[in-house]
Amino acid sequence: MRYAILIYESETDFASRTDQDRRERYWAAWRTYTEALNAAGVTRTGAALQSAVTGTTVRMKGNVRQVQDGPYADTKEQLGGVVLIDVPDLDTALDWAARCPAAAYGAVEVRPVFQGAMS
Amino acid sequence: MTASETAEQVARRCYGRLVAYLAAHWRDLAAAEDAVGDALQAALETWPRTGIPRKPEAWLLTVARHKLVDESRREHSREQIAETLSLITGKAGDETTNLFPDERLKLLFVCAHPAIDVTVHTPLMLQTVLGVETARIASAFLVAPSAMSQRLVRAKAKIRDAGIPFEVPEQQQLAARLDSVLAALYVAYGAGWEEIAGADPGEPDLVDEVLWLARLIVELLPDEPEAKGLLALMLYCEARRPARRAPDDTFVPLSAQDTKLWSRTMLAEAETLLFAASRVRRLGRFQLEAAIQSAHAERAWGGQVDWAAIVRLYEGLLTVAPSVGASLGHAAAVAESQGAERALALLEDIPQQRVANHQPYWALRGHLLMSVNRPLEAWQAYERAIVFTEDRAIGCFLADRLVGAMEQFWDEALERLRQEIERAKRQRVRP
Repeated sequence: MRYAILIYESETDFASRTDQDRRERYWAAWRTYTEALNAAGVTRTGAALQSAVTGTTVRMKGNVRQVQDGPYADTKEQLGGVVLIDVPDLDTALDWAARCPAAAYGAVEVRPVFQGAMS
Repeated sequence: MTASETAEQVARRCYGRLVAYLAAHWRDLAAAEDAVGDALQAALETWPRTGIPRKPEAWLLTVARHKLVDESRREHSREQIAETLSLITGKAGDETTNLFPDERLKLLFVCAHPAIDVTVHTPLMLQTVLGVETARIASAFLVAPSAMSQRLVRAKAKIRDAGIPFEVPEQQQLAARLDSVLAALYVAYGAGWEEIAGADPGEPDLVDEVLWLARLIVELLPDEPEAKGLLALMLYCEARRPARRAPDDTFVPLSAQDTKLWSRTMLAEAETLLFAASRVRRLGRFQLEAAIQSAHAERAWGGQVDWAAIVRLYEGLLTVAPSVGASLGHAAAVAESQGAERALALLEDIPQQRVANHQPYWALRGHLLMSVNRPLEAWQAYERAIVFTEDRAIGCFLADRLVGAMEQFWDEALERLRQEIERAKRQRVRP
């Protein structure tokens, strides 16, 4: 089954990516995790996102495009990245989620990928 | 026995096994339940005409599998149907042996999976493993049947869609995951107890079914001390069941029970289990609770209840698994070993909002207040306890206590009044 590992990070976590003192540790943890995923051969794809303030939300109200500065949901922790994995079941997906660095400092949601009409 | 009675009996015996087996392979719990339900219906219609098949379980399994395939033809892809077909022709369903693997333990782990809302764990177990009807589950949990049904449907959809595996967890996860299974089972046992009072004589006893599941877990996971602890705990309570009601059906509290009525067989089995569990040296909530019951069971062999030991066990329990129930048990034991005043002080420490509607809290409070001769407050406490009592026999028992508190209060009030009058008389006589 395919699962999305959704990574939620706080503003401080986003800042760790570029912070002089913290960035090395931040990226080292993520590199180790990505290498483990690749070694296990479970990754489909993944991407880290820039911080939520760079987000722009769009809605169509009839024919009118409404564009708004900022992320869709205004919460303390924001979507910071996505990893798509292909594993046999939820328990295996949860194991990978637990190993994710963000599980220790932020929060990680596991969602099965919809495999209906689109595929 | 008629064919329909046999069908029902077979149904009860193998419902959970059939559902667990089909769900583990097809990974759709709701579909598996529907298929087994249809197969049972078919049996009730067919068997009175054709006679009961030589291997009724195998018959039901075959019919249920065909139902699953029919259903999937309508809803699923060719690929999935091929999977089901291989399930049907697989050797696991060999009708001549009538044996298919028991997957109920896996189903129990699915029902109590951390990805499932914890309040649905027990209802899911009752429905899928024991085949208890939704209406009965709803009434045991004081929820409207439609609401309970909705929760169960949602949970089963999550199990299917999120891909929760039908597997016994690996060693490093096992203890934590087993805790959820045991906790859910214990809730089911409590629900069974609640039911005993108003039990429908036609229904199989829920408590027996839960005990049976606990035995199954002990058998399948012989190295897990908490599983043994839970079974021991249930057996200690079950052993006392015949003594909990007087012949006129009134409630008899533990301290007043006739120990001759306690089941020696069950007590002995509980002791053996608890001893075996303790040798693993991995203490947990259920072993502690069983040990507390074991201390009470001393009376069965003419011994004294060691209240100081019970206090220490409750202290341990409050560390590993704090709960209102444990706090109350602790306070009651403290009352016996150190006096009611100390116990009342402990009750004051429990946050009021957690006990406002809690019958055992008010009953204990009433009891302690009577011991320290505060009958008016005891009367008020018993009143609140009665309001929150579901069980009629316990309600009557508490009503007796309330009347006792009331009488004591009025006796004392009248006595004071009489003394006042006497004094007034003497004063009037004097001049």
